[in-house]
Amino acid sequence: MTDLSPAALLPELALIVGGLACLIGGSFLPRSRQWMARIVALAALGVCVVTAIVALAGPDRTVFGGSYRIDVTTGIVRLAVAGATALVIWLGSDELAGGDRESETYTLLLLAATGAIVLGGTDDLVVLAVGFLITGIPLYGLIGLARDRLSAEATLKTYLVGALLGIVMLLGTVVLTGITGAGGYPALRQLLPAAPGAVVALGAVAVLAGLLFEAGAVPGHFWVPDATQAASVTAAAFLTTVPKIGAVVAVSRLVDVLPDGSHPTVLVGAVAVVTMTVGNLAAYLQTDVRRLLGWSTVSQVGYLLVPAALGLTVGGPALLYYLVGYAVTNLAAFAVVAAEPERRELTAYAGFARARPLLAGCLLVSLLGLVGTPPTAVFVGKLTVASTAAAGGATWLTVALLVNTVVSLYYYLRWLVVVFRPASDAPDTARPRPWATSAAITSAVAAVGLGLAAGPLLAR
Amino acid sequence: MLSLLVFLPLLVALILAVAPVPTPVVRWTWLGATLVDVGLVIVLWVGYQSPPAGQLAFAERIAWIPDAGTAYAVGVDGLSLPLLALTTVIFAACAAASPRTTPRPRSYAALFLFLEASCLGVFAAQDLIVFFVFFDLSIVGMYFVIAGWGHAGAARSALKFFLYTFVGSIALLLGFIGLFAGSSPHTFDMAAIAAAPPLQDRPVAGGLVLAAILIGLAIKTPTVPFHTWLPPAHTDASATGSAVLAGVLLKMGTYGFLRIAMPMLPAAWRSWSWFILVVGLVSVLYGALVALGQTDFKRMLAYTSVNHMGYVVVAVGAAGLSSASNEQAGQIAVTGAVVQMVSHGLITGALFLLAGPMWERTHTYRMDAYGGLAGPAPRFTGLLAVGAFASLGLPAFSGFIAEFQIFAGSIAVSPVAAVALPGIVLTSALWLRALQRVALGETRGESTGFADLTVSELLPIGVLLGLSLILGIAPGVLQDVVVPASDSVVRAVLR
Repeated sequence: MTDLSPAALLPELALIVGGLACLIGGSFLPRSRQWMARIVALAALGVCVVTAIVALAGPDRTVFGGSYRIDVTTGIVRLAVAGATALVIWLGSDELAGGDRESETYTLLLLAATGAIVLGGTDDLVVLAVGFLITGIPLYGLIGLARDRLSAEATLKTYLVGALLGIVMLLGTVVLTGITGAGGYPALRQLLPAAPGAVVALGAVAVLAGLLFEAGAVPGHFWVPDATQAASVTAAAFLTTVPKIGAVVAVSRLVDVLPDGSHPTVLVGAVAVVTMTVGNLAAYLQTDVRRLLGWSTVSQVGYLLVPAALGLTVGGPALLYYLVGYAVTNLAAFAVVAAEPERRELTAYAGFARARPLLAGCLLVSLLGLVGTPPTAVFVGKLTVASTAAAGGATWLTVALLVNTVVSLYYYLRWLVVVFRPASDAPDTARPRPWATSAAITSAVAAVGLGLAAGPLLAR
Repeated sequence: MLSLLVFLPLLVALILAVAPVPTPVVRWTWLGATLVDVGLVIVLWVGYQSPPAGQLAFAERIAWIPDAGTAYAVGVDGLSLPLLALTTVIFAACAAASPRTTPRPRSYAALFLFLEASCLGVFAAQDLIVFFVFFDLSIVGMYFVIAGWGHAGAARSALKFFLYTFVGSIALLLGFIGLFAGSSPHTFDMAAIAAAPPLQDRPVAGGLVLAAILIGLAIKTPTVPFHTWLPPAHTDASATGSAVLAGVLLKMGTYGFLRIAMPMLPAAWRSWSWFILVVGLVSVLYGALVALGQTDFKRMLAYTSVNHMGYVVVAVGAAGLSSASNEQAGQIAVTGAVVQMVSHGLITGALFLLAGPMWERTHTYRMDAYGGLAGPAPRFTGLLAVGAFASLGLPAFSGFIAEFQIFAGSIAVSPVAAVALPGIVLTSALWLRALQRVALGETRGESTGFADLTVSELLPIGVLLGLSLILGIAPGVLQDVVVPASDSVVRAVLR
């Protein structure tokens, strides 16, 4: 009954081995040869993708004493995390190449990605806590690598919020395990309904708190805008995309475990509504594009938590589809920012459409995509989420989601209006960044392609 | 066939957007593509036979997202065919009328073809999500037409247009999801929902879903009090942009009433039709009164659009008040509403295109700046006069047939509809006053040295007005197609 075969965890192992190889190998590589570490990192991600696809073809099962579930959801999380991390490395290549912390960055990216997969795949509270730590600790390092005043502040803020909510999460794990004597989800599902309701609710809220930190949702969102603004674009793109994938799936698995008596849908749904509203309202007044994108990802997590609030059984297809669509669309926006790192303020984007028509097109697709304009992937995602919620009896979540979409329109448009405004006559001296540009085009095309090809994907 | 009609302009738009072809080729490609689409519509029209109630001609269906209950489904009936034809004609006229001085002609042509594809998609769609997708794309396209090629202040007006109509589209989406959640099995398919209307016995839920849909459509139409985005958008858009906005995009709102709101929520529609009627009456009178006070030619036209679309709202409101005993009156009103959409598209499209040469020559739309234009520019004045008389509903033009049917049907159902009658008097007054100010008297101001229309400027406008004349003299062409469809809409509402 207990399957301890490491072969079941090949995708995760590939990332860890790749991360370690980058760390050790990077110490011996001269600055000009650090690109070899990039090859290693991408190869590790490739192995992760291939082994994940092989595992997807196999049957659903749990391994390691029922603590880790290998099902379609875990498979898609593995693919999404590995794909998104590869895209992050791709879009960051111009920024990282020849930098003094290149191989360390790859190590941290791969380790945090491993943690995100563990979060999404685990079926056990204790492993969930481990996943939290594997994801969280590299994040602090990633933000701090920029090594200036702002990033030091952002790192400290992230660390403090993360440490606090991490301890709260461990407390919740202890409470839930303590009252039931079990840590595995199947056992919890049987035992929790009989446990005292107030204690269950307390434990559940505490466990959720940690996950909300990783996802960047209220109340664990304070670090997101600061970190997005202060960290390198590579790190910012990563931390607003990959940890969310694992954390939101973990929330949805947890919702399925909690007894109806503790109203998990209402609890997570309320968090979702507050998160999307806070993210949208805070994004209104931002003038720094990275900070604006940071707040925008907070609001997007709010939308992602809507299907998570319905649980994986009901909201699963909508959730996974939206996650993939969001990842691609968000990375397209960050790729544009990575291609134009000198343009930090919104006003710096004046004349962008004339100067860089292709990148402006990518930005148009990604920002309108994030609003939810058809036929992009996020539109189909929002639509399936909204209709799943309405059909699942949570109409209030549908209404909140659509009202917030309207609210969000303003700040995305504020950026786009500047992009299409006639240029200032300043000479254009920026050097081209081919990696980031090609990453932007690829992800923008994917954001539309995923929307058009939604049928077969959702049928999975 | 139908998909070809929709996607041909999109394909040409993509080619024009990517390939750096020289300007003359752009113009001819643009005009050629729109004319091919006109030809395709004619082929559709000739081969069209009214389908039985609840079914569609030329229907196509491809699975898109089966798990979300939505498919790529298109088809035509007597409601959509006239509007498809109108769309292709207006866009062809715009392609022909677009001035040679247009900056960045390649982008402009690509954008217009993209816009044409999205408009045709809206009218061909038979699935709520497909409808919504094209509806939203048309907003994006129109935004760039106004913002990129408008006059001073266009960026602001374009943003107002986008925010307003996008909010409307989200309200619409909310309503669609309500229909989806209420239907069983859950689906976005228009025919399936109309065949078994959801929420029939749940007046509160049905009323809320209808409210969401009505807000979305009322913003697009626009009716009072959601019309405030229209005048600035028109004033600041290019002439061809305005012609498309007034001629085609506004019709999406009223088409939505007939296609979605009435057959899918009949019970709620019946309960609230008195309210819709009142909104229509207010739009008719308010639009006409405010238009009377305008000094800017395009702004005045924008308000006459509020007035004219108000008649359509009056008709659909009255149709909801009809009962089994006066079903035929309701059907006449709905037929009038469809004819009015086509008629308003042709006439107002032509008048907005006339504003193009005005701006080209003098860079002003202020009517006081002109006077005695008939002297130096007889052809311009002639077309303006024909357009004005067509717009005020002179017999022999399509507007007369439309308004006559709307009033005959609506007043028979509910005498309250007669309150809208002064609207006609007001429009007559405002058009005569405008003609007098611009065209008659001593030649002065900007009229001095006003070069008359060239043949290439005259032709597209003349064709649009000529079509209005044909539909006014031989209304049967349109009636034969529309009547079976409006009959089934009224029957669906009275279920």
